[in-house]
Amino acid sequence: MSAALDEPRLLDAGEAALVVEFGSTVDPAISDRVLALDKALGADPPEGLRERVPTYRSLMLHYDPLVLDRAALIERVRALATGATTGASATTLWTLPCCYAAPHGEDIGQVAERTGLSPDAVVATHAGATYRVYMYGFAPGFAYLGGLPEVLAVPRRASPRPPHPANAVVIGGGLAAVATVPMPTGWYVIGATPARLYAPERDPSFFVGAGDLIRFEPVDATTFDALSAREAAGEPVARRWESQA
Amino acid sequence: MTALIVEAAGPGVTLQDGGRHGYLRYGITAAGPMDPLMHATANRAAGNPLETTAIEVSTGGVTLGAEGGAVGIALVVPGFRVSLDGAALPDTVALTLEPGRTLVVRAGAAGAWGYCAVSGRIAVAPVLGSTATHTRSGLGGLDGRGLTAGNILPVAEARPGEAAPHRLVSPWLERDPRSIRVVLGPQDDYFASDQIAAFLAGPWVVSPRGDRMACFLDGTPLRHAKGHDIVSDGVAMGAIQVPGNGLPIVLMADRQSTGGYPKIATVIGPDLGRLAQVRGGGRIAFRQVSVEEAVAARRAERDVLREPVAREPVVRTDFTSDFLLGLNLVGGVADGRA
Repeated sequence: MSAALDEPRLLDAGEAALVVEFGSTVDPAISDRVLALDKALGADPPEGLRERVPTYRSLMLHYDPLVLDRAALIERVRALATGATTGASATTLWTLPCCYAAPHGEDIGQVAERTGLSPDAVVATHAGATYRVYMYGFAPGFAYLGGLPEVLAVPRRASPRPPHPANAVVIGGGLAAVATVPMPTGWYVIGATPARLYAPERDPSFFVGAGDLIRFEPVDATTFDALSAREAAGEPVARRWESQA
Repeated sequence: MTALIVEAAGPGVTLQDGGRHGYLRYGITAAGPMDPLMHATANRAAGNPLETTAIEVSTGGVTLGAEGGAVGIALVVPGFRVSLDGAALPDTVALTLEPGRTLVVRAGAAGAWGYCAVSGRIAVAPVLGSTATHTRSGLGGLDGRGLTAGNILPVAEARPGEAAPHRLVSPWLERDPRSIRVVLGPQDDYFASDQIAAFLAGPWVVSPRGDRMACFLDGTPLRHAKGHDIVSDGVAMGAIQVPGNGLPIVLMADRQSTGGYPKIATVIGPDLGRLAQVRGGGRIAFRQVSVEEAVAARRAERDVLREPVAREPVVRTDFTSDFLLGLNLVGGVADGRA
């Protein structure tokens, strides 16, 4: 992990945000560094640090420059970013039930065509992998997941498909995602989870953090409906495990 | 209970507090006012904490009534036309809206956004800690949507204002759109120096298709030195991204939390409103400043808002713009409440 030895680039995004850039590509080693710094700053945030936004390759820090001096923030970031931490700490693993069957896995047939796999193999491959939450973005609770097996790396659609329901499990462009909000998408919808990663009225509204690991556990449509009912009644159906990354 | 009644509202009129902060890392947009300085000024004049929920008025305009009791209002809508029961009022005014009276705000000669703050608290339930309306994700405000005719806004701890309307004196809201300050970056290295010079030289014309999400600029397209796709990273309000067609887009209050185009520069916090107030067809220009200068501007803005907003009696009801311009030349305006 030679990238871990490089100093991050520090880029101003105006006078109230600082981008700590560890690289310019999607790369698990870069993501590790982003998430390690995110975690370190979150454990002991300096006063005036308002938001931390991890992405694949950088950490954006929104701060109040009248409370937290830029130079002090940079000093803190440098000290933490050049430390030995590269994500080798305890990590949370979530198991999310996922129904790949009709009517949820609408686009499995198309993915099978594009990959040359059988529909069952698409499901087995997707469900056999462990994913890392790289970042949220694009829409509320939209979780970008790294760790999609190469064989499922189909490009995104040239034009978006019609809107999918909430909590769609999607793949596209070499990534996986959980799309919490119904919307048209260029991704392929291969399933749905009854677990709501985003529920604005719930406390906490989000439970899966950037850096957490996710596995999908196949369930049939009847089980999906039963789990959805439990989730709606306030009983979380995602299961949490603590593991070593 | 005392309440404001929305008798009519054009598109784009929403409730906004200081913004939904702390959830960008989950893809939740902050929303909040398009012109934070004007929003804070209205709240200051209404005697509220600066980030209190207020009505953000678009050029669609709004018509308000009251029920259950009188409501003190600080209306800061520079350039808009304002009337109370048909009598014209200044566009920056403190008044008391009594039940049975009608306050009308309509687009005027200038200005894209204005704020109506109430003395008290517009009692809508916060979502994720904020009442800011983000219509694209259906969060905040009244059911995540813009205000429409028939909406009732309960006002908790309502305080009436002065019996007679008073003009609010807020010269800091007279801002020159031909000098919008920016800090270069975070991806200015995606542009050659001549293109950065072209960006700063402008001029740029604000496209009419902008909204709370973004301000689109027309002008001579900029050329990228290293392509126009980057791996997505975080986006600050005011970030100026340059997509493939070379025409800059300034990302505003309802922007997404991350984005994948290079950002040549970022409008400084104190000048976000200066840009937001320019309507479609308006010309703007950018001016590069250092982070230190931007922080100093932010400090000056904070200090302005520490003082009460001065007010003076409205001595006539038919204000011409010439008359208002004349008022601005008068020095030593006293705090009308003293």
